[in-house]
Amino acid sequence: MCLAVPGKILDIYEADGLLMGKIDFGGVIREACLTYVPEAKVGDFTIIHVGFALNLIDEKEAMETLALLDEISKQDFT
Amino acid sequence: MKYISEYRDAHLVQAVINEIARTVRHPWVIMEICGGQTHSILKYGLEQLLPEELELVHGPGCPVCVTSLEMIDKALAIAAQPDVIFTSYGDMLRVPGSDGDLFSIRASGADIRVVYSSLDAVKIAEENPDKQVVFFAIGFETTAPANAMSVIHAQKLGLNNFSLLISHVRVPPAMHAILGSPNNRVQGFLAAGHVCTVMGYWEYGPIAQKFRVPIVVTGFEPLDIVQGILFVVRQLEKGSCEVENAYARVVCFEGNQPAQKIISQVFEDCDQKWRGIGTIPLSGWQLKHEFMSYDAADRFQVQMITPTESPLCIAGQILRGLNKPFDCPAFANQCTPEHPLGATMVSSEGACAAYYRYGRSI
Repeated sequence: MCLAVPGKILDIYEADGLLMGKIDFGGVIREACLTYVPEAKVGDFTIIHVGFALNLIDEKEAMETLALLDEISKQDFT
Repeated sequence: MKYISEYRDAHLVQAVINEIARTVRHPWVIMEICGGQTHSILKYGLEQLLPEELELVHGPGCPVCVTSLEMIDKALAIAAQPDVIFTSYGDMLRVPGSDGDLFSIRASGADIRVVYSSLDAVKIAEENPDKQVVFFAIGFETTAPANAMSVIHAQKLGLNNFSLLISHVRVPPAMHAILGSPNNRVQGFLAAGHVCTVMGYWEYGPIAQKFRVPIVVTGFEPLDIVQGILFVVRQLEKGSCEVENAYARVVCFEGNQPAQKIISQVFEDCDQKWRGIGTIPLSGWQLKHEFMSYDAADRFQVQMITPTESPLCIAGQILRGLNKPFDCPAFANQCTPEHPLGATMVSSEGACAAYYRYGRSI
């Protein structure tokens, strides 16, 4: 139920007084409400749950986590 | 797809599991709260790759599973009324009430529609001014921003034919209830990543300190989950009980402030009944007084039927980490996803349904 899927923001606009966006989920494009991420820009990655963006994905944090886990994987060979 | 494929890298997952094996010295019981994580663990067979010292038990974080039988019965009664369009997320339609499910009510002629978002239900209300449109607003904190926004939006549009049948549950009070139980087995938690995306993780510090358990905010891909387990095991072996974040690309300490603001504008705490567990004090959200006109339970005065649960079902023990699905004599014979007897078999994210689907019978 708390499934939320990453997607890339292709377009941002207002509809019926709500901040909305077109989101690309790896080729499938759907509309989502961006009201909770007012700082969103076209090209940002966001995480969508039941048609609402819950947050933007922090690329720097993502890189740091992968670097940390990559370090761990190197220990397998030491 | 970026932010998915790199977190399913089998080589990295194995490397983190090897690190867990190098770290672990003692037997530990770790609970993942969220049903989405239970599903991922079983789907990728992660529990079978872990060292035998570690036991994963599966928490109550599946809102479809824990929505009370009374609430399902209420939904069935409202949906069966004439001039009602009953809208719901798809996974609620199969959930058995005392007598039938939403699918069976629909088969007898009720107008029941599956929606992707609560805003779709508002749109249906706009397009059908002569009908009463009810949205079945279930969920944890993750879903609350969407459900709260549907109320605000309906109010802005001046709709008086839209209402919510609400069964909202919250994670921290459930963790309190599990840890405070005299027969608790849980020694460390993977906290639910998307709940924390909305709420942050500031609420978990006092729980970690009070019950001396490590709590690690964890995502949903296999690499996220093994990373969360590694962080918990490191803390358990050191004897520490901190709150850590293993899902930092999505979750920050404060959570989503605009979302929390709308939630507190629309909802207030209430006692909530959890299917299989019972009432947990202040573990739910209900509409505040000024939004009561959007409360379907208030708008449709439904006579309460006395709900009846199967006497065979042990969902309550499973949801608290005391038993595994295969400990239940009804598992995979009288109780299957097609004919579920109780909470944990009704949704694909329930522990019993996940064990059934991925063939864990021992």
